[in-house]
Amino acid sequence: MGKVLPEDSPLSFSVGVVVTLTISPGRYIFLAGLIQEFVKKIIIIPAYNEEDNIGRVLTAAEECCPDFDILVINDGSTDRTSETARKFGSVGVIDLPVNLGIGGAVQTGFIYSRKKGYEVAVQIDGDGQHKPSEVRKILSPLLDGEADVVIGSRFIKKGSYKSLSFRKIGIKLFELTNRLLLGERITDSTSGFRAYNRKSIELLSKDYPDDYPEPEAIYFLKKKGMTIIEVPVEMDTRHGGKSSISLVRSVYYMVKVFLAIFVLILRKHD
Amino acid sequence: MENVQVFRIQVLAIVGSGLLIIFILELIRRKRLKEEFSILWLGMGVVFLVISLFRGLLDKFSYFVGIGYPPAALFLILIMGLMVILIHFSVAISELKEANKKLTQELGLLKKETEDR
Repeated sequence: MGKVLPEDSPLSFSVGVVVTLTISPGRYIFLAGLIQEFVKKIIIIPAYNEEDNIGRVLTAAEECCPDFDILVINDGSTDRTSETARKFGSVGVIDLPVNLGIGGAVQTGFIYSRKKGYEVAVQIDGDGQHKPSEVRKILSPLLDGEADVVIGSRFIKKGSYKSLSFRKIGIKLFELTNRLLLGERITDSTSGFRAYNRKSIELLSKDYPDDYPEPEAIYFLKKKGMTIIEVPVEMDTRHGGKSSISLVRSVYYMVKVFLAIFVLILRKHD
Repeated sequence: MENVQVFRIQVLAIVGSGLLIIFILELIRRKRLKEEFSILWLGMGVVFLVISLFRGLLDKFSYFVGIGYPPAALFLILIMGLMVILIHFSVAISELKEANKKLTQELGLLKKETEDR
């Protein structure tokens, strides 16, 4: 550990104040507006070989969200993703030595957020699909205590996002499953543009699916009693690079997710 | 003539199963194979040794489960044994993958921590 501050030093005093304010959620009710400024917030950006996109994402993130810490999880990239991200002074970078896949990378962010005491974590994909300028939209229901998890959806309102048709079928199928099994309308299960509060960060830091985690995580979180709401956001079609989801993979995606959901229902206690 | 052939294959089977068992034991002795993974292989070796030593056993078994052609029962036993071993492998690989994920995450987090100091 670093230097331990003497108990009576002014610095340790101010640190103590911030910590007590941020830790107890009950006080939000009284001091909501004031505390929202002090709440420790983090943007988690998983990135695998995104040297072409990560710079633009980080520029936009720094611009829109100066009250957030920004963390890039470089998931064993073979290109200059890490170097590009490190050029941004305010950005933290975690380099994973091997490629874990999106789930393992994002979970690293959750573990980091849990350990560092963040109250809010926002996940943004490193490929530039999610606009940091939309972060406020998914943030406010969380800070108001309306939900534990907020998902940014492309489909609630018509945005500028153009989706390929076979993907749309899959996403519609997820929506139907959500309605049948959860009795809720979640239109964009595959969206990785999400905001999490402390409770859900803690849950996901301990258990998060490895690949194609987003739809499965909804069921896991619901099972643990989290409230999830969707908020309409605009997303970009990809600027560069290649989506990790091809036709064959999307079939695997569907099978894997439905299997996982099925097993999750069977696994009553854990 | 018939008897000689049957005798030949029986000797071959006994020697074969014996060699499998010896080979597995040798791998354990040299620490090339962990005991956890050897047990299923040894079990299979022993089953085949017993079947080749007592020929009537296979006939009885196939009659019992309703297989008309005893050698087919041999394949059944073999395939079942291999399936069990392969599923065991899948479980082991999944465990390794989970451990690998945890280690990678932990390493990434630790590197970040040392950088921040």
